[in-house]
Amino acid sequence: MDKLLFGDNQFFGVNHMSEEKARQQQMRFQNTDAVIDVLKDAYDEGVTTFMCTTHDRIGEVAQYFRENREQYPDFTFFPGMPYAHKYANAITTDGMMGAMRRFLPNEGFVDAAMRGTTSLVGKDIEGLVTLLIDAEMKMFEGLPTPVIWLQNVVTDLLLGLGFNEAFSIFADHVKSKYNAEPGFITMNLPMLASVLDAQGIASPLICANINKIGFRMSGGMDAYRKALESHDFRPVAMSVYASGAIPADEAIQWVCEQPNIEAIVFGASSRRNIHSTKELVDTYWTK
Amino acid sequence: MVKVAVVGLGKMGLSHLSMVRALPGVEVVGVVDATTYLLGVLKKYTGLQTYTSIDKLLAEQKPDAAVVATPSRLHYPMVKQLLEAGVAVFCEKPFTLSGAEGEELVELAAAKGLVTQVGYHNRFVGAFGEIKRLLDSGAIGTVTHGLAEAYGPVVLKPQGGTWRSKSNEGGGCLYDYAAHPLNLINWYLGEPVAVGGTVLNSVFSAEIDDEVSSTLYFPENRTVSVSVNWSDESVRKMTTRITLWGTGGRIFADRQEIQVYLREDTTIPEGYQAGWNVRYTTELTEQVDFYLRGEEYTAQLAHFVERVSTGATDGINTFSSAVVTDKLIERMIEDSGRGPSVRLSDAVITKEPVKRSLPARVRDAVRSGLKRVRALVSGRK
Repeated sequence: MDKLLFGDNQFFGVNHMSEEKARQQQMRFQNTDAVIDVLKDAYDEGVTTFMCTTHDRIGEVAQYFRENREQYPDFTFFPGMPYAHKYANAITTDGMMGAMRRFLPNEGFVDAAMRGTTSLVGKDIEGLVTLLIDAEMKMFEGLPTPVIWLQNVVTDLLLGLGFNEAFSIFADHVKSKYNAEPGFITMNLPMLASVLDAQGIASPLICANINKIGFRMSGGMDAYRKALESHDFRPVAMSVYASGAIPADEAIQWVCEQPNIEAIVFGASSRRNIHSTKELVDTYWTK
Repeated sequence: MVKVAVVGLGKMGLSHLSMVRALPGVEVVGVVDATTYLLGVLKKYTGLQTYTSIDKLLAEQKPDAAVVATPSRLHYPMVKQLLEAGVAVFCEKPFTLSGAEGEELVELAAAKGLVTQVGYHNRFVGAFGEIKRLLDSGAIGTVTHGLAEAYGPVVLKPQGGTWRSKSNEGGGCLYDYAAHPLNLINWYLGEPVAVGGTVLNSVFSAEIDDEVSSTLYFPENRTVSVSVNWSDESVRKMTTRITLWGTGGRIFADRQEIQVYLREDTTIPEGYQAGWNVRYTTELTEQVDFYLRGEEYTAQLAHFVERVSTGATDGINTFSSAVVTDKLIERMIEDSGRGPSVRLSDAVITKEPVKRSLPARVRDAVRSGLKRVRALVSGRK
């Protein structure tokens, strides 16, 4: 796995610091071409893995890199699912069945519908979960997706509920059907690491906020450090700048000193910022 | 261990269940919902005890506290039943659909000595709490005017079907969205003495309001303008914004940041300077034990559980504080029937009827009935 992964929050107006800044970003990236241009810049800077949501517009991005594969042969997607807003909106506007119809995978409509129906009736959540994963993965057909993430909204909802079996269902399906590594995004790393361990999911990738000021590191800095040192999982750090609250140099130096970090996810809107983050990581990542 | 039951497993109820179950010192002793399918899934995969009614829950369990997140019109009877059984209650907002019912529940809880809370989570948002702190310290002097806003993309085309689209069930932008900034204004400035110019306007909805504007009057000619719209597609998710002008400066805040302008001659609080000051959520937010969808959601539940375990009936967002907002909403609905106070011409202002005519509703009912019959018939073939 690359040390540096490129995130997509900046493209969709997700900014944890300022709603005004988020709006500016939404304006700047409202055409997918603007997103693709930044991704091409990242590629040229040697940042070739895109950790993204399954937002409808990512489908257009995937389409572009599918069509221009020879030009960007190493461009890799790490999809994170589900894009929760998409489901919430679809259920509001189309109702439950309408939403299901919209998200069913194209491989055998009837088969999928049948699996969906049985899983609903039989209270067997497994069929439904795998159905939804397949629907989300549709846009990445023919593209490399060696890691597939479960988004933190869902991971943490399940974690709080104690719906631990869902993590195994996700991990098994991602491995068997997509030959990919399962990853879990969370805001509660210490708690999740113990649960995944107890579920017997071996060395899972866990992506969480890991930053010098402890921003959104639930359970506290000490619990994070302990988990990083002792648990058998592969940590990926996100929000290392804590939405800009930590100066770049200080932020990267600190995160590179933490034990066992496998990769860092970052977002940037300009080639200059991609370049400087890459440079900082090359400087401080000595492992 | 505080024994907690969760009543209502919609979008809010499920996330409350997840957060409260993850809190240290909490045991969830039962969940209540009418959807048996959902209960079946939860029972099978999470081991939670499930019940189809509060009666059945109380027959088997003795919870110390309950989280109620059912449709708004059910708040009053359910909260009443729980309080009568000696259970402390955290109720989703809006609290009740009538100030009188709300006051009855306040009295009942007080008589029983029970802890109460309503889910106005914005009071647990760092930036909004900072406004309160600044006002209390007199930083912007006397507040002369305010602007209370909320915008979001909820109703973006004509639709209906759930309780949220029914005006008599507590649906509508006023109850669902405007309640948040109104509750913050109640927190900052207290109870207004009058309301005027309230317009509850439909953008897309057939029966309910999608847009709210109003003026709240406070003593000494202080006013707050209200501007709320849940049919605003330009924002990604709900945003609540408060702006306050005072003799000593101006404050703006949303859930991410607070921007404060302070005049040279005002009392400058510690950590602030004359001129502009900007603080972000990263420095204003306190860590929570479990994060699901914003620190404020966990923080309010933690506050409730903490109060239940110590028996502290005073606290943030008690029933009595929420009744103030419920009553304000009632007055605004009343005011909205009055229309403009000064007319500039003889032209009649035609107000869009928010409630649809009876013939239109009958037509729709017949149409959907026919559709159902057709579906049944074709299903038999």
